[in-house]
Amino acid sequence: MYVYQDYDQRLLEERVAQYRDQTRRYLAGQLSEDEFLVLRLQNGLYIQRYAPMLRISVPYGLLSSEQVRTLAKVVREYDKGFCHVSTRQNIQLNWPEVQDVPDILAELASVQMHAIQTSGNCIRNITTDEYAGVNPKEIEDPRPWCEIIRQWATFNPEFAYLPRKFKIAVNAVPDADPALIGVHDIGVKVIHNDAGETGFQVWAGGGLGRTPMTGQVIGEFVPWQHLLAYLEAILRVYNKYGNRDNKFKARIKILVKALGAEKYRELTEAEFAELKDGPMTLTEEEVARIQGCFTEPAYRDDVDSGVLDKALQENRAFNRWYHTNTRAHKRDGYRSVTLTLKKTGRIPGDVSDEQLEAIADLADRYSFGELRNTHQQNMVLSDVATDDLFELWEKLDALGMATPNLGLLTDIVACPGGDLCALANAKSVPVAEGIQRRFDDMDYVHDLGPLDINISGCMNACGHHHIGHIGILGVDKKGKEFYQITLGGRGDKLSRIGEKMGPSFESYEVTDVIEKIINVYVDKRLENEPFIDTYERIGMEPFKEHVYG
Amino acid sequence: MGKMILDGEIVDNGWQRFEPGQLEEDGQSLPENQPVIVPLAYWQAHRDTLLEREAPVGVCLEPGEEPADLAADLPHLPLVAIHFPAFKDGRGYSYARELRSRYRFTGEVRAVGDVLQDQLFYMHRVGFNAFEVRADRDIHEALENGLRPFSVTYQGDVHDPRPIYRRRQELEQA
Repeated sequence: MYVYQDYDQRLLEERVAQYRDQTRRYLAGQLSEDEFLVLRLQNGLYIQRYAPMLRISVPYGLLSSEQVRTLAKVVREYDKGFCHVSTRQNIQLNWPEVQDVPDILAELASVQMHAIQTSGNCIRNITTDEYAGVNPKEIEDPRPWCEIIRQWATFNPEFAYLPRKFKIAVNAVPDADPALIGVHDIGVKVIHNDAGETGFQVWAGGGLGRTPMTGQVIGEFVPWQHLLAYLEAILRVYNKYGNRDNKFKARIKILVKALGAEKYRELTEAEFAELKDGPMTLTEEEVARIQGCFTEPAYRDDVDSGVLDKALQENRAFNRWYHTNTRAHKRDGYRSVTLTLKKTGRIPGDVSDEQLEAIADLADRYSFGELRNTHQQNMVLSDVATDDLFELWEKLDALGMATPNLGLLTDIVACPGGDLCALANAKSVPVAEGIQRRFDDMDYVHDLGPLDINISGCMNACGHHHIGHIGILGVDKKGKEFYQITLGGRGDKLSRIGEKMGPSFESYEVTDVIEKIINVYVDKRLENEPFIDTYERIGMEPFKEHVYG
Repeated sequence: MGKMILDGEIVDNGWQRFEPGQLEEDGQSLPENQPVIVPLAYWQAHRDTLLEREAPVGVCLEPGEEPADLAADLPHLPLVAIHFPAFKDGRGYSYARELRSRYRFTGEVRAVGDVLQDQLFYMHRVGFNAFEVRADRDIHEALENGLRPFSVTYQGDVHDPRPIYRRRQELEQA
């Protein structure tokens, strides 16, 4: 992972001092609520329903075991022993005290962690494929580009007070969208031209939230040297012309749509023409330095494939977990292992201090001391030798993190919802649990195959409901919680916004509705046809008829 | 006379600034011997007269009024002010950057309006060299703590357009 230089570390320490002073002035009444609001948000601190929430940045989801141990300590000392993996691959604490936050930041800074720009109207955490660097399908490792963008975005003086929040994701897998770049303010797709040179297809104007839409291609092929100049050009156009009168129309997607992609491109190109070949131009040396931080670990050449074969034959539960929760790897003899944080009865994405410590130990023992958070609120050990898998599975099983449901119906993505979040119109966690309890037969869940259910407690869409094959959105109707269902969203091969099925439901109806939807699928599916393919083949009507009929 | 920060020092603000519409509404004329900052629309309407004045004239841009609207006049102006009606409105950061980087404006670029300690560092980096800190705030503390909270910057800025790795590389080679 990226190795901090002295100056990276100094920046964090200066940030802690700055934020400590801001907190002091706020508590002393020298900063108004409104002024402090903006400052604390740029530091990831929300004031929530019961307590503040602190969102800790995990750049492109990558964590070291040392960082995870520090997180465990912070969670134990300053929170209630739990933290939450968010859909932006970050970590959230739900019960810190405002006055403790500077101390938490100091603790985090000691292991190169921070909460810089995890909220507010600025450039947020850069995200990517959770299997980046080990995914056999990627054309190159996207993480160095993420890091280059991260540094440019960190305390960028021109873009700290944008019209609205700004999210950038990077993808290097052809014909798939594991980083959801189609629904980001800017999506960066790593591509190679005919000469084999790296460049980027740059998308802009995607987003979820109140007005979901997929982005449009603004830059067809931006040579790698000019990545930052191009991003800066897009941002400057947005900073100048984005809507500032109405926060619901302030995201870049509204501007791109209003101007049209053609006009947005024209404005961007005009800015870009001035920046291109200037001091922002990336150098081979700097890119090589950053790439040098993401080298292959010391893979073993003597992985014994017999160990895995034997375990797969002998243990049915292990076999199921292997086929569900592990993924192919660039390197022969290795797999990526996903720890699903989706055990029924637990808040999706929640992990305890003890689990964090155990996970850190497992990362050290089995995966070169590194971990990743996923936007589906799980964690990944990316480099596990196949002859270690059985042993690892046994340990994960004991920790409650080997539920074999990755990508299946019960691997539900859900925001914290009305139980914790002040923005939410409705609860999301009990809805997830209701569905998980109804579908408690793991054989049946496996028979149903790949199925993404995403739940958001309000239209801010932190649970990414628009891109769930089945999306569930909490809405408020005269003070009562209702849920609107969408079908056909995708965040897999491509990003696509789901369609609303019809009138919304009361909370007690939701599980039955999901069951009815599933029944239609089971009735109509062709052999080996996943839910989303059936939906795309037969359309909304049969589902609608059965649910509302 | 109010105080302001200019080039890292606290000085008297010798300029009188007029809000958009203010001169027209009050039927006021400009004070003859005092430096004034006028709104863009007023400048555009009275350009020739203003250019003949002995006392200096600066122009203030509101959000939505871009440096491009003033580009041809910049060589005649000693000062461009950029108004922040609310500190959260960040358009002025791009305007200041354009004034310095695109139009090579070397006069004073002044932040006026909701100008607070916690934004000074960014403002300075994008090209402001003068700050009318909001009157109800401690300008000394703003100067002391607001201008240099960080010794490290990743990106280039108007003072040094090189990103950190180029600065370090050239330092090592020197």
